[in-house]
Amino acid sequence: MMEAQKYVWEGAIPLQIHLHESEITSLPPPSPALILAPRIGYLPLLLPLIKPYFSSTLPPGQDTLWFDYKGLPLKWYIPTGVLFDLLCAEPERPWNLTVHFRGYPSNLLIPCEGEESVKWSFINSLKEADYIINGNCKNVMNMSQSDQVELWRSVMDGNLDKYIRSSSKLKLGTVTTAEADMVGQVKAGKIPVRLYVWSVNEDFEDMEDAPEVDNWDQISYINRPLEIHKEGKYFTLHDALKNLLPEFFAGKPLINDKPCIEESEDFQKVSSEDVGSSTGAEEGKEIFSQPMESCCNDAEIKLIRIQGIEPKLEIPFSWVVNQLKES
Amino acid sequence: MCVLVPAEVCSALHLMFKPHKLLLIFFPQDSNEEEMCAVEEEAGFCEIEGAADNATLVQSKHHEAHFYDFHIVYSSSFRVPVLYFRAYCSDGRPLLLNDIEKDLPACSSKVLLETKWSFITLEEHPFLNRPWYKLHPCGTSEWMKLLCLGDEVAAKNGLAIELYLVSWFSVVGQVVGLKTPLEMVKSQRN
Repeated sequence: MMEAQKYVWEGAIPLQIHLHESEITSLPPPSPALILAPRIGYLPLLLPLIKPYFSSTLPPGQDTLWFDYKGLPLKWYIPTGVLFDLLCAEPERPWNLTVHFRGYPSNLLIPCEGEESVKWSFINSLKEADYIINGNCKNVMNMSQSDQVELWRSVMDGNLDKYIRSSSKLKLGTVTTAEADMVGQVKAGKIPVRLYVWSVNEDFEDMEDAPEVDNWDQISYINRPLEIHKEGKYFTLHDALKNLLPEFFAGKPLINDKPCIEESEDFQKVSSEDVGSSTGAEEGKEIFSQPMESCCNDAEIKLIRIQGIEPKLEIPFSWVVNQLKES
Repeated sequence: MCVLVPAEVCSALHLMFKPHKLLLIFFPQDSNEEEMCAVEEEAGFCEIEGAADNATLVQSKHHEAHFYDFHIVYSSSFRVPVLYFRAYCSDGRPLLLNDIEKDLPACSSKVLLETKWSFITLEEHPFLNRPWYKLHPCGTSEWMKLLCLGDEVAAKNGLAIELYLVSWFSVVGQVVGLKTPLEMVKSQRN
C-alpha cells in the first residue's frame, strides 16, 4: 500500500543547470551543475547544492535566485516534480534549466526569500488542506513550533517515514469507520486537489511534437476541493477529472484509446480508511500530479500524469488518493 | 473595482453596484492632508475578460498619488470571498509593502507588523499570473458568523448573497481603509 508513496517520495529529476550567460564573468564559462532534485521538493531549496558551481563567476551583488526553462520563469512554489511533468511533455533527461542569481523578475514571480518563503508556502498549503478537510485550520495552527520544524525538515530531507510520523500529529485524516470498505472506496468528504492544465490549440501525435509552454497564461490552475459522496459505485479518476474539468467531458464516453492523460494534480489529500492500511491515521499531504494537456478544439485529454505516473482513467479515484496521498 | 466570482453571484453583484466606476486614490498622509477616497462606482465584472480598471489621475501637486486596484475572488477552498489588491504609483511602478503600510489605517499596520506571513501576503493572483497582495481568508467564515449573530432573520433563513458581500466588505474594506456607505447596506436589506 505504501509502495506508490515510497516510489514518489524517492523519485527525483536529474537536472542540468546552466548559469545564465549574462551572469558569467569569467572564462572559461563554468560547466553546468548536475543535480538530482527530489520530485517532492522545491527548486530554491537546491541553492546550497548549486551555488558552489557558480560562486566564483558571479558578478558582484546580492543573490536573488530564480530559474527558467526555455525562457519561462519557473514558479518556485510548485514542486519540482510537478514542474517537470507539466513543462516537459516528452520527459527530458536531464532536464536543462537556467539558473539566475540576479535580476529577479518581481513583476512576474512572487518574491522568494529562500527557505523561509518555501516553508511558509508549504505550511499555508497545509492550512488550506486542513480547512478543506476539517472546516478549520486548527490542526495546523496549533502545531507546536518544534513539530512544525520537524515536519518541514522531513519534507526538505525527503524522509517519508519521518514525514508520516510528524504529520500524524496533524490529524488530517478523516475518521475511519468500522466498515471495511472495498479497496476502491473512500469515505465521503472533501479532497483537496490542485490541477494544472496545459491547453494547446493544435493537435499533435507524439509528445515530442508538442509545442512548448511559452508563458503561464497557457496553463490553467484549478485549486478546488473534490467532494466525494459515498455511493455504490467506485469514484474513478475519470470521475474526478470530469468533476474538475467538465468542459472536457461533455457528452464523451470514457476515453480508452488514448494511452494516457496528462494532468498535473497537486493533491493535498487525506484519505480515510484503506483496506490494507494498518495505521488509522492518514495524513493530509500534498500530492502532485502532472500537467494535463488537452486540445481545445476536440477537448481531448491527451495525457495525465501524477508525479511521473501515468494512471489509467478507470482506476478508482480513491485508490489514487490512497496510493499517492503522501506525495 | 473588479469582482471575480462564480456565475451565480454575478447577478447579485449587478444589483449591488450601480454602473459607475469605483476608483480609489490614496494620498499619503500629511499633517494637513486628509485621505481621499472613492470617485464613482463601477459595475462588477464576472468574467476576467471584462476586467479593466482605467486609472485616472485626479490631482498630483507635489504629493505622489498611490493607486490601488482591488479584486474580490472567491476561494473554493475556504468558501469565502478573498480580497486581493495591488498598489502602484502614477508611473506604474509597483509599491512595496512598506509604502502600502503607510496608507493603511493604523490598526492594520500594527497587525501587519505582528503577523508577517499570515495577514497580508504577496501571492499569485489566481487568474492573472501576477503577484498581488492578498488578505488572508483563514478567519473569514468565523467573523462573518459573528457578524450575523445578532440578526435573527439571517440566523433563520441565511443571508442573501448581496447582503453577505456588503457585510463582508464592510469589515474587510476597513482593513485597507475603504469605507462602505451606509446606503449600500440599507439598500440591500430592503
